[in-house]
Amino acid sequence: MLSLIVFAPAVVALVLAFLPATTPARVFVGAWIATGLVQLALVVAVWTAMPAVGYGFVERRAWIPSAGISYHLGVDGLSLPLLALTVVVFTATAVFAWRETRRPKAYVTLFLALQAVCCGLFVALDLILFFLFFDLSIVFMYFVIAGWGAGARARAAALKFFLYTFLGSLALLLGFILLFLAAEPHTFDIPTLVAANPLAAGGPYAGLTLLAIGVGLAIKTPTVPFHTWLPPAHTEAPATGSAVLAGVLLKMGTYGFVRIAMPILPASWRQFALAVVIVGVVSVIWGALVALAQTDLKRMIAYTSVNHMGYVLLGVGAAGLVAGSDEQARQLATTGAVTQMVSHGLITGALFLLAGSLHERGHTYQLAAYGGLAARTPRFAGLFAVAAFASLGLPGFSGFIAEFQIFTGALGAAPIPTALAVTGILLTAGLFLLAMQKLLLGPVRIPDAPGSPRPFGDLHPSETIPIAALLALATVIGLAPRFLLDLIEPASRALNELVTR
Amino acid sequence: MLLWSLVGLPVLAGAALALARPGATRAAVPAGVLVAAAIAVLAVAASVTRPVASAPLLAGIRAELAVDGLSAAMVLTVAGALLAVLLVAAGEPELRTGRFVGLMLIFAGAMLGTVTAVTLAPLLMAWEVMGATSWALIGYHHRDTDAARAASTAFLTTRTGDLGLYLAAGAALAGGVGSLALAELPAARGGWLHVVAAGIVLAALGKSAQLPFSFWLSGAMRGPSPVSALLHSATMVAAGAYLLLRLAPLLGASGWAGPLVAWVGAATALLLGLVAVAQSDLKQLLAASTCAQIGFMVLAAGVGGSSAGVLQLIAHAATKSLLFLAAGAWLVALGTKRLGGLAGAARRFPLVGAAFTVGALSLAGLPPLGLWVAKDTVLAAALQRSVALYAVGLAGAVVAAVYSVRALWFVWQPAAGPVEPAASAAPAEVLEQRPTGQVAPVVAPVLLVLAVGAAGAGLLVFGSGVLAPSPAPASWELVVSALVAFAAAGLAWRRGARIPAPAAWLGWLGLEQAAHRLLVRPTLALAGVLARVDDRVLDRGVDAAARATVRAARGLDRRGEGAVDGAVRGLADGARVLGRWARRPQTGQLHQYYAQASVGFALLAALAVVLIVVR
Repeated sequence: MLSLIVFAPAVVALVLAFLPATTPARVFVGAWIATGLVQLALVVAVWTAMPAVGYGFVERRAWIPSAGISYHLGVDGLSLPLLALTVVVFTATAVFAWRETRRPKAYVTLFLALQAVCCGLFVALDLILFFLFFDLSIVFMYFVIAGWGAGARARAAALKFFLYTFLGSLALLLGFILLFLAAEPHTFDIPTLVAANPLAAGGPYAGLTLLAIGVGLAIKTPTVPFHTWLPPAHTEAPATGSAVLAGVLLKMGTYGFVRIAMPILPASWRQFALAVVIVGVVSVIWGALVALAQTDLKRMIAYTSVNHMGYVLLGVGAAGLVAGSDEQARQLATTGAVTQMVSHGLITGALFLLAGSLHERGHTYQLAAYGGLAARTPRFAGLFAVAAFASLGLPGFSGFIAEFQIFTGALGAAPIPTALAVTGILLTAGLFLLAMQKLLLGPVRIPDAPGSPRPFGDLHPSETIPIAALLALATVIGLAPRFLLDLIEPASRALNELVTR
Repeated sequence: MLLWSLVGLPVLAGAALALARPGATRAAVPAGVLVAAAIAVLAVAASVTRPVASAPLLAGIRAELAVDGLSAAMVLTVAGALLAVLLVAAGEPELRTGRFVGLMLIFAGAMLGTVTAVTLAPLLMAWEVMGATSWALIGYHHRDTDAARAASTAFLTTRTGDLGLYLAAGAALAGGVGSLALAELPAARGGWLHVVAAGIVLAALGKSAQLPFSFWLSGAMRGPSPVSALLHSATMVAAGAYLLLRLAPLLGASGWAGPLVAWVGAATALLLGLVAVAQSDLKQLLAASTCAQIGFMVLAAGVGGSSAGVLQLIAHAATKSLLFLAAGAWLVALGTKRLGGLAGAARRFPLVGAAFTVGALSLAGLPPLGLWVAKDTVLAAALQRSVALYAVGLAGAVVAAVYSVRALWFVWQPAAGPVEPAASAAPAEVLEQRPTGQVAPVVAPVLLVLAVGAAGAGLLVFGSGVLAPSPAPASWELVVSALVAFAAAGLAWRRGARIPAPAAWLGWLGLEQAAHRLLVRPTLALAGVLARVDDRVLDRGVDAAARATVRAARGLDRRGEGAVDGAVRGLADGARVLGRWARRPQTGQLHQYYAQASVGFALLAALAVVLIVVR
């Protein structure tokens, strides 16, 4: 079942590769949308048939037995929400790409390959398999940014993205090898490593392993100070690429913490939890403040990602501060962190799609170039306002459910860092209100082409539908979160037990 | 189910209206009024049956709503104000849109959620949604840049206070109150109790526009008048006072929070009252007076006079919605809200004028109107704690009489000239919008109903349960407050426009400028600095590392590679030289070979001789 979900896009991509490039674009995009919908149906089926605890839908085949590597897939309450998020974000992106005309064949096959890889990462239960998907995602995203971004700057940004995150993946690989060597018998299998807890005693070797894995994941997440690849990559990527990058690829870093770092290295995690919390809080404040200073809409949204991912680190870090917090608090912190991953994917995905629509009409991301769009393009303005309020953590949207849990759970264990992090929601409120004031309110202002004013129409249905769908999902989670939390909570409880052992 | 629909119906209906196509505008107003009427029915049912509702929300934290005596009073107030305001708003053509009616309904749902929540999580959710709808409503006229700025100021200021609720939730959990139930908060352990109390107080003062947060309410007056009538008089700003009244046991348990809150309330009642006296704009005057009147509720919460606070809240809600709606009606009709421009307004529209007069006299605290009784029950509760608090409160009452009568004096002036709708009749800069010259027929009846409420709210003092005042004001207190109110009112009427208006008071004590100077500008400056660090240090650092790698590669290419390659080449060159040397004897000429061979043999022979000799 999971193999089917993972490889369905790859198979479709392979089939599309044999079609002539002159085939109408709608055929490619249509196939992409259909693939996403089929995957979505399969994910819903998996969701309804999940076991109460542990991994479901496990598949395991020998791959390189001599090195302890196997093809091992499975989902639990930590990975299924992210798998679902991946499929949702990609499907929304596919719908958004309906009017794409630039080299549709290459575009769609590339995205389908990326889709397969992203799904694979979240269901992989083997470190090498995880690493493989991790690296392939970087490769495919490089081509998306370099191939469909804007010109030479895009190629530079893509190269920076590739090299920086590739460096991170090497650190990750080093950590995996250290884990492999520490385990007896040597293995890369995640559940086996979790059960064996090879570095239970802690110490410098374990600390070094956590450092290698932590740095690798921190670059991908990204946290301050490893985040500088993110703004150029986002700014130069096409809207769909940005949505996938922010919505799915960033989650690979944070997911690595809950899937690998915390359960396999519990002793070191507890030892260095405060450092994680501090990195998280610095990311929260730094990301929000730098976002506040941006004049470019896409760079601003990119920095809010740094801010939002900081909350995730605060949550998972606080879950490691075992002394000074009770079980309920740690449960809230971990559940909140996972919820935040899902929430950020939905909301920021929508924001980047909106930014793409704006760029398509005005050919610039500069906030100062626009004004009064509420009067000119009410649908865009309405959706942007909803997405902005969702992103600033307004109750009623998923971001609040995530952040409230993180703050409430973390305050007892780390009072001062959490109190500082709470001010992050005020800063994001300020920056989004400022952005809305500039973009949507006041007298109408639209960047003109020299000579004649550009046509500046409201959103097309192919833009409205995916954005509204993402935001609707964020609203459902915000108002009735139990369907999601019922899935996450048992898994986060199990994770906390692993961390405290 | 009743409670969920009480909160859910306005939110869902409001969302549907707000999202409906602009073409469906005509149905928006009737639909909104219908929903508001349904809410009123539900509110009455809820206040009678006192339902409880509960649903799981987060791990160990449930969303619980319930209606008790205090909530019942609030629910009825909110529902009544909503209905009245929506009816009057229907008279303004610009407000007959799905967006306006929808946002007002969502707001009402959030307010109803706030006053019925009995755990912190749903309270915080509803509390913040109120703030967001307030932003959208203040900035309703989205071409108005100043309104947009004022909306942002209002949201950010109140959210600064809201951070207190987030901290309070975390502190409650850390203090052992895992359910986050409001009733259990006073049982929080150790130091966490004080964090909880501080967070709640911060949030309440921010939302209720008490000192030092009052300034946001001034800007909020840029929004449509019906918005002010609902949000900035009867409901949202009153929510902070409500929260403090609800959590009076927590304030008591902390020891310090009660007196602090009482003094902030008393100070706001006095100082913002003086701000109101100095205003030259009717809505600004009303806004400042709202802060001051809510100060009395906050004072009541601080001294443990819950029933007095509730009474003040209800009486003020009726009075102030009435006054704001009247101000809005005149703004539409006459195109201005400046006191000078409103001269003769009450004479020209006598029904509205009569209702306004009742409201203003109630606000002045003149007997036997609502706020006279309410304020005296508050002061009685204050006197029990401290004479100083009572004295400051009484001074606030005097100031209230002055600003109310001052507003009244202006609107009853004989009009200086013909107040015609023609724009030429008045200088252009005096009018804020195009006057229509008439008041919609729906306005006057609603205002008269509210006037009856404002006048009669004092009768609630004879109620039972949550409304029964303890302690009841002594008769001498009632007489004293009546006398000082009459004296102040008389003085204000005689001085009329000649009451001095110092700039600091006119500018709301410069609080907004102070907030800008102390918080906003440093934050923006810090953001700018960090952004530069981000670009110039972190990002350039990464780029520099990449460039250094390339440079090192080039250097290695030039030097290291040259050296290694040179060594290899040298070896090859040496071999070639040797080879060349080796080739030289091979001339192909036999005589030379013989010569070489003879030399060779000679050398070998010599070698052999040497070896033999040496041996």
